[in-house]
Amino acid sequence: MLERIERKIFGGERLTREDGEFLFACNELTRIGALADHVRKKICGDEVLYNVNCHVNLTNICAARCKFCAFGRGGGDRGSYAMTIDEALKLVGEAAGNPNLSGVHIVSGLHPTWTFEHYVEFVAAIHEKFPALHVKGFTGVEIQHFATISGLSVEEILRRLKAAGLQAIAGGGAEILSDRVRNELCPKKCTADEWLNVARTAHRLGIPTNASMLYGHIETHAERVDHLLKLRDLQDETGGFRTFICFPFLPKNTALEHIRQTSMWDDLKTLAISRLMLDNFPNIKAYWVMLTVPVAQVALSFGANDIDGTIHRENILHEAGATSPRSLTEDEIIRIIREAGRIPRSTGGRS
Amino acid sequence: MNSLQSAREKISAGERLTRDELLALYAENDLLYLAESARRVKESKTGRKVFYVVNRHVNLTNVCSANCPLCAYQCRSGDDNRAFTLELDDVEKILTDAANVNGLSEIHIVSSLHPTKNFSYYVDAVKLVKKILPRVAVNAFTPVEIVNFAKISGMSVAEVLGELIAAGVTSLAGGGAEILSDRVRQIICPKKCTADEWLEVMRTAHSLNLPTNASMLYGHVETIEERVDHLLTLRQLQDETGGFVAMMLFPFHPSNTQLGSRFNLRRVGSWEDLKMLALTRLALDNFVHVKAFWVMLTLPIAQLALSFGADDLDGTLGEEKIIHAAGAQSSPSITRSQLETLIAETGYIPTERDSFYREV
Repeated sequence: MLERIERKIFGGERLTREDGEFLFACNELTRIGALADHVRKKICGDEVLYNVNCHVNLTNICAARCKFCAFGRGGGDRGSYAMTIDEALKLVGEAAGNPNLSGVHIVSGLHPTWTFEHYVEFVAAIHEKFPALHVKGFTGVEIQHFATISGLSVEEILRRLKAAGLQAIAGGGAEILSDRVRNELCPKKCTADEWLNVARTAHRLGIPTNASMLYGHIETHAERVDHLLKLRDLQDETGGFRTFICFPFLPKNTALEHIRQTSMWDDLKTLAISRLMLDNFPNIKAYWVMLTVPVAQVALSFGANDIDGTIHRENILHEAGATSPRSLTEDEIIRIIREAGRIPRSTGGRS
Repeated sequence: MNSLQSAREKISAGERLTRDELLALYAENDLLYLAESARRVKESKTGRKVFYVVNRHVNLTNVCSANCPLCAYQCRSGDDNRAFTLELDDVEKILTDAANVNGLSEIHIVSSLHPTKNFSYYVDAVKLVKKILPRVAVNAFTPVEIVNFAKISGMSVAEVLGELIAAGVTSLAGGGAEILSDRVRQIICPKKCTADEWLEVMRTAHSLNLPTNASMLYGHVETIEERVDHLLTLRQLQDETGGFVAMMLFPFHPSNTQLGSRFNLRRVGSWEDLKMLALTRLALDNFVHVKAFWVMLTLPIAQLALSFGADDLDGTLGEEKIIHAAGAQSSPSITRSQLETLIAETGYIPTERDSFYREV
């Protein structure tokens, strides 16, 4: 069976749902990895993308309070915060002390009282003060939330954010695109169809987006495959996805703390299978914050061609017990990529 | 035909690789090709089994006359506030405690070269193990320590080994090999035994039917050629004696070492660790076992190592001091069920072993 999949890959043939499910059940990790590496070489060459970037999480106060999240807080909770525009500008300004800073990544809780206009003000302020920075922000979940609280259409939301300076949409919030899983874990988040619709609308408006998968909680392997197929179908339709990112679920400090964290074996296999299934995605990212730096480095031979960025100060996953550092230097990222025999290339914030 | 082509052909045919071929494979840097090839070799030797052992590490002292620049563990004198030296009473307490460990099959003793303790101190420690834990195997002392014992006792290496065997040592530890090049040893451990002395201890041990392990410490000032030569030196001795049981790789942890600060060294990445493991599995065709020592690699990378040719995760340890002194991030011990889960997740069969790789 694996031989048959190998023949398909070398013949440039697309994998089916059955192939995907077979690969998840198969433990020939290095063979699967080698296939993904072959596809990576064909699609991406030997460059590895990275970013000198800065994460901005405007608030951790969140109306959704999903079970897998260790970041969200209620309004009066200890440790809850909501940045002012000045505070957000100060954080970016601090990161811009590095002259190579090229991108800002903004994702936040669904603040229960902020208006959509307030989010637009953040984007406009950051864009005005730092016009050279590529501003990527808001997941499909946040965009749908903005539509709900403002009464505007998703399209109108996206047009206004774009006008304020937003250049790309973040890939988070996809979780598993199955309403069974979403009802169980994040019932207040947008549905699978709504998430896909935000991405579709953004692509139509010429706004690129990323995509992601949060795995290793209650989902089945079949649901992981199904998730990848939904993304692949939409990418066939629009071509607007830039990068796919695998997020292994980190259970610490979440309502699902009893679940055992995924093994690195599973992480690399899932990444490799994603590269194999998503034959129409230009980039697959090994997000070092979740994978840890050592595993992210090895992931470069399991199909990944992007290692994310310097980040400046990561908050969301460190609340969930991430053991990786909160930031990396550009030199460190370059060293990691070079040791893997690959060519580092800064994306100017675009990944 | 160039070295890379011949390497690939020999790997397909299961033939022995030359120095040039190993260097070509290293330079090519095709990580998953190395992994897949090494995994095949592993499966040809030990099938789907992955071994672990329930063991305890005992470090008798950290006071050391060698003062190697590579080491973060040693103290120059007993006055240092980190210094410790176990007296036999202390050892007895540790062993009595270890007697409660379910299924304990090995005590592993390695220590520094204490400036004033006599050889009899070490012999007595081994005798204590046999007294308190008569059925437990004793994997103890690296060749560096054996050469030191010969020096401080005025005995020959063979006599030292004879006495230790009589006291209860059942195999020698594989450490202290570092890189078997006197150029490198002059820089990283000038007061340790020479490369030839290390090899001679192993040769003598094997001639006395005392099995040993072997190791390599990489990622400091050595060249890639020196790494490959090191592997080939071990392969050659193994051809001669057949006495090596398992090979271990030690990536150099530079934190808190003189060597690290003098050469501004960084810990090599996981890529290099896994690549060296696979290359080692391919080079040492006459070794049955290659360990992924999780204390050095961390558990996640040790798990991955099982698809890069390793067939053994070593043990449950109890307490590990030497590598943690140099900033190792792994937890200092692990339970049997954690190890079993880790192995089972890879599709391999968790197999508890004794000191001699017999299933228990």
